[in-house]
Amino acid sequence: MNISLILEMAADAAGDRVGLVCDGKRWTYGALLAAARGAAENIRKSGCEHVALLDESSEAAAIALFGAALAGVPYCPLNYRLADNDLAALLARIAPAVIIGDIDRVNRLCPDAGNLVRTRADFVAEAQAASADAPAEGDEGEGIAIQLFTSGTTAAPKAAILRHSNLLSYILGTVEFGVADEADAALVSVPPYHIAGISALLSSIYSLRRILLLPAFEPEAWIRLAESEGATNAFVVPTMLSRIIDKLEGLTADLSSLRAIAYGGGKMPLEIIDRALDLFPETGFTNAYGLTETSSTVALLGPDEHRAAHKSDDPQVRARLASVGQPLPTVELEIRDEDGQVLPAGERGEIYVRGDQVSGEYKERSALDADGWFPTRDAGWLDEEGYLFLAGRADDVIVRGGENMSPGEIEDVVATHPAIGDSCAVAVPSVEWGEAVGLACVVRPGHQAPSEQALCELIRDRLRSSRVPEKVLFVDELPYNEMGKLLRREVKKLFAD
Amino acid sequence: MKAGTKLKSAVCDTEVMVIRLGEGTIECGGAPMTEDKVAALGELNAGFAAGTLMGKRYVDAAGTFELLCVKPGKGSLSVDGTALSIKDAKPLPASD
Repeated sequence: MNISLILEMAADAAGDRVGLVCDGKRWTYGALLAAARGAAENIRKSGCEHVALLDESSEAAAIALFGAALAGVPYCPLNYRLADNDLAALLARIAPAVIIGDIDRVNRLCPDAGNLVRTRADFVAEAQAASADAPAEGDEGEGIAIQLFTSGTTAAPKAAILRHSNLLSYILGTVEFGVADEADAALVSVPPYHIAGISALLSSIYSLRRILLLPAFEPEAWIRLAESEGATNAFVVPTMLSRIIDKLEGLTADLSSLRAIAYGGGKMPLEIIDRALDLFPETGFTNAYGLTETSSTVALLGPDEHRAAHKSDDPQVRARLASVGQPLPTVELEIRDEDGQVLPAGERGEIYVRGDQVSGEYKERSALDADGWFPTRDAGWLDEEGYLFLAGRADDVIVRGGENMSPGEIEDVVATHPAIGDSCAVAVPSVEWGEAVGLACVVRPGHQAPSEQALCELIRDRLRSSRVPEKVLFVDELPYNEMGKLLRREVKKLFAD
Repeated sequence: MKAGTKLKSAVCDTEVMVIRLGEGTIECGGAPMTEDKVAALGELNAGFAAGTLMGKRYVDAAGTFELLCVKPGKGSLSVDGTALSIKDAKPLPASD
C-alpha cells in the first residue's frame, strides 16, 4: 500500500475540486496528483535516496510528499530553523537527496555532487512539465514513506521512520473518505517538518477538505486567512492559540465559520484553553496527543468533553481540561512502571502504545518490544474513566536518593501560587542525594516574586519534603522551542551556570 | 496475495485495496476479483448487484477480511459467496 492512494482517491472522486490554497494560488486534486506524478518521475531519474524539503509550507510540500511516495523514496522534511552546524549534520545523513527550498544554504552546507537542489518554484515547474509523460503507476509502497528527525529536546535528533502502512492505517482508522462539505477548509499553520504538518495534509485530502496553507505562522495573517477563506477547521500548537487570542482582543474579525480547532504538540496552559473556550463559544475544541513515532494522534479529548470540563463544578470533570483524552479505538495504551508492570488508574508511569499506526522505528533500530508495544518515554497516568494525563518525559524524572519524582507533580503545585506564571523542575547534581530538585520560576507580570521559603513551604505542604527544591531560580522566561515544547536541557544549563 | 494488493472486479468498475485478508476468494458482483483488469467484463450476478461506494471499507462478520473501495461500481463484494458489509466507522473529531 502506498500513501499516494490518498491523493489518487481524492483526484478520482473530485478531480476538479480545489484541494489546496497557498499564497492565493488554488490547486485542484487533479492538478496536485499530476504534479506529484511528474515530481515522482524526476525523483526516479535523479537516483537520489531521499527527498528533502528545506522550506516553509507551500504546494511544494504536498507535491514532494506524494511525489516521493510514488517514486518509492523516503520524504524527509527538515527544520529550517536549525543552526547551520546542526542542519549540515542532517544533510550529510540524507545525501544524495533531492532537496527543495533554500538552495543557497544547502549548497553552502552540503555541496554533495549527488544532490539535486531546486528552489520551490523550479521544483514545482519541473514537476508540472514532467507530468504529461509520467506513469500513473507508483511504487508498491512496501518501504518507508517518511523519515523525520525528532526535535531532540533531550538528545541528538533521531531519524524516525514511518512506513506507508503506518500512515495509511492512521488515516483509514481515523478519517472517513470524502466526508467534508465542499465549503469546508482546514487552516494548516504548523511547519511542514512536524508530524502534524504532514498528517494535516493526509487527513484533509482524504476527507476532501480544502487545505489553507499558511507558510509562516503569524497571528494576524492566520486570522485574516481564516476569515477570507472561511476556514472551518484548524490545527494549532498552544503557543499559536495563545498568540491568536491575544491578537483577537484588539481586532475586528469574523471567525464564525470556525467550527473546530484542534491543538497539540505541547502542554496547553489551562488559562489559555479556558479563554479560548469563552472566546469561541460555538467552536468544538479537540486536544490531540501523539508523537512522530506514532503517525500523529493516539489519544484525543473531544469537543463535548471540553465543554463539560470548562463549566463543571465537579473537580474530576473540571480536571479533564488538562487531560489529553482517551486512546483512539484503533490504539491500545498502557501505563507501566520501570519493571514493565502495568499500573492501575491513578499511578504515574511510562506510556506504552500499540497499533498499526505505531511505527516505533528509527533508522538505526526499532524501539518496539517483542509484543509490538512502543515505549513513548512520555510519563503519564490514567484516571478511573481512562482519561490520559501527561506528566512530562520519562527521561526528565528526577532521582533523589533512589526516589523517583516527576517534574510535573512539582510544577503543578507551584502553578497554584498566584504569583507564579510558569515553572520548570529539573534534576540538579547533589553531593548528598545524587540528584536534587532545581526549580526555575517565572513571576507573573504585576506580581512580587515570592520568597524561596514560601515556595518550598507550599511544596512541602502539598507533596513530600523530598520534592522541596534545593535551588530556586527566578527567570524572565523559560526556553521553549518554536512548537511550544519546553526545553528542559536548556533549563538544566541555567543551574549549571 | 498480501495486504496492499489492489483487486479489480471482473464484472464492473469496482476496485478495492486489500487491508486485511484470510483464506478465501474475494469476489465482486458474484465473480472472483483479479489483480489485472479482465479484457472483457463478464455478467453481473443479480444477487450481488447492490454496488460499492467510494472510500467505504467492507468487512466480513469475523473481521478476517477488510477491503477499501478505491473505485466504485455496480457489483457488491463477497468472500466465497458470503456478502461483505460496510464497516461502521465511529466518527472522530478531526485532530490534525
